[in-house]
Amino acid sequence: MSSSTPVLPRQRRSAAERAYARNETLLAIGMIAPAVLFIVLLVGVPFGLAIYYSLHDVTTGGTTARWVGLQHFADLLTDRNFRQALGNTILFTGGTLVTTLVLGTILAELLMRDFRGKWIVRFLVLLPWTAPVALGLIGWLWMFDSVFSPIDWLLRQVGLLGSRDAALGIMPNLYWLGDKVLAKVSIILVNVWRILPLATVIVLAGLNSVPRDVIEQARVDRAGYFRRLFQVILPMISPILMIAILFTFIFTIADMIPIFILTRGGPANSTNTLASLAFFTGILGGNLGRGAAIALYLLPVLGGVSAVLLRLIRRSEVT
Amino acid sequence: MAKLTVRDLHTTFGSVKAVDGVSLDVRDGEFLVLLGASGSGKTTLMRTIAGLEKSSSGEVMIGDRVVNGLPPNDRNIAMVFQSYALYPHKTVARNISFPLEAVRTDKAKTKERVEWAANLFGIGHLLDRKPRMLSGGERQRVALARALVREPNLFLLDEPLSNLDAKLRHQARHELKKLHHRIGITTIYVTHDQVEAMGLGERVAVMNFGKIEQIGQPSDIYREPANTFVARFMGSPAMNLINHGGETLGFHPENLLPVGEFQPDPDSLRLRFLVSGLEDLGADLLLYGSIPGSDTSPMGEGVDVIAKLPARLVTSIEVDKEADFFVRERYVNRFDPVTGQRSASVAA
Repeated sequence: MSSSTPVLPRQRRSAAERAYARNETLLAIGMIAPAVLFIVLLVGVPFGLAIYYSLHDVTTGGTTARWVGLQHFADLLTDRNFRQALGNTILFTGGTLVTTLVLGTILAELLMRDFRGKWIVRFLVLLPWTAPVALGLIGWLWMFDSVFSPIDWLLRQVGLLGSRDAALGIMPNLYWLGDKVLAKVSIILVNVWRILPLATVIVLAGLNSVPRDVIEQARVDRAGYFRRLFQVILPMISPILMIAILFTFIFTIADMIPIFILTRGGPANSTNTLASLAFFTGILGGNLGRGAAIALYLLPVLGGVSAVLLRLIRRSEVT
Repeated sequence: MAKLTVRDLHTTFGSVKAVDGVSLDVRDGEFLVLLGASGSGKTTLMRTIAGLEKSSSGEVMIGDRVVNGLPPNDRNIAMVFQSYALYPHKTVARNISFPLEAVRTDKAKTKERVEWAANLFGIGHLLDRKPRMLSGGERQRVALARALVREPNLFLLDEPLSNLDAKLRHQARHELKKLHHRIGITTIYVTHDQVEAMGLGERVAVMNFGKIEQIGQPSDIYREPANTFVARFMGSPAMNLINHGGETLGFHPENLLPVGEFQPDPDSLRLRFLVSGLEDLGADLLLYGSIPGSDTSPMGEGVDVIAKLPARLVTSIEVDKEADFFVRERYVNRFDPVTGQRSASVAA
């Protein structure tokens, strides 16, 4: 703590004001209070409420709350839909993470190079990030349409779909959102589309922070492109890559908007994640207690992974 | 190991001619220093030789092979950057072994070479450390060990001593020279420090505006600079230049001697020296001043000429008084006042 008082312009001030300025502790509390209030109201209260709900038999229709203990949590473990949602959460998050990381690194690598019209490519890469989520997703709904899908049209045009000897089958459409596997692919695809700009910008910032000397040294040391990438560049930007991973992870695991707009968890509950299942069960289904319990299953995963990643970031930091 | 031949090399960045028609022949095993101020093109010349910059025209040959189109990794060169450019995430051992891994050397051989290189520079006890745990001097040794761990044709050093403090620099200079004697690899060394150039180079090439102004043995360049640019660059303090009797005369500060304490020859150049300041450096005594009646070169008012005397010498010289000084004829360099080039008639 510094003992110096802030230098204020000389002017007449009330006794209370002067006392306030002198008391640094009070000042500090005053400065931090809005942030604390913000977190308590927007995070703490819903979180506490969720724990309360998950331990009680609460529905949107009733006014009573009967204590049920861990009954909701226990019931869920034997629920097929819950287990499917748990698996999907891991699959979607993992799939999005890996695809985003690979594509983001490639894109950032390309954007490091000098070429004509680089600014417009950068702009286009960032565009999905600036578009409102719901708007973008409605666009994707069209892309995956069961009859008018532009993706299917393209596949038909190049002869991969819709003819007798086509590689993807004789049907004129793939029914992206109607097929259990393709629906999952679609969700991952849309997740990647949304998170890729951010990941690319983060990796790009990392690449820019690698000293040119070190990369040139690696070239002189006779390392080829891939050796430079995997042995020099990626390890050096690993703290920043971890941040990209953490962001992608947190964004994807708790996000239900793509599922809500594209599939509503279907077909046959095959694309639900914990977040969307919690919403469908608790809000739309009215079973608040059970919904809260589903959502709370995310907590240890999020907490654990975040802790591990933050530890890794600290350890891999290089100066 | 190989000789290096550079033929009429040009490297341009947009309209800037960083290297403007350089030709060089470096013998196998020679130690050549590229000396110049910042912006003189010395680093660009080295980087073009390394393949880190593309030449616009001309030829670079390492051994008998033209390497113009080859990327740096195909030139079998080693380079030490000013920043040392160690891989911060790798241990010292992995830093040193990296060039060997890149050419897929087997494990036993790698281990043997890393130990050899580490012992060469006395850093065997640091092998498990990361670069951030090393001092400046240790980092420099790691960079040198990494450069020499395989057998490169050419060894390029870009101001490797400038990040060391003055004390360490002397020692490092001495060690570099010993090292070169021992392994005898063709070396190009870039520096802006003429003391380093004098001390290290078998030959020195002085560069200015992308061109080589003079190339030769350090003592020759020091004694007989080819033009006033080189003259102004050599020596610490630099060579004095005055316009006297229609020519530009150049002489080193240590050759400007007071009459009385020293005996002039009959043909010595005699000068009146107005002393304006005195600086006792312990071993040397520096006298700042001007030569009345001679149009001194554009180096600022008042302190145009410097004399460097042994500090042990007891003199009666006083500040703000004129005294008789002289320069022996063999130490006087004559330059054309218009072109700045060395005059043809030189008393050797």
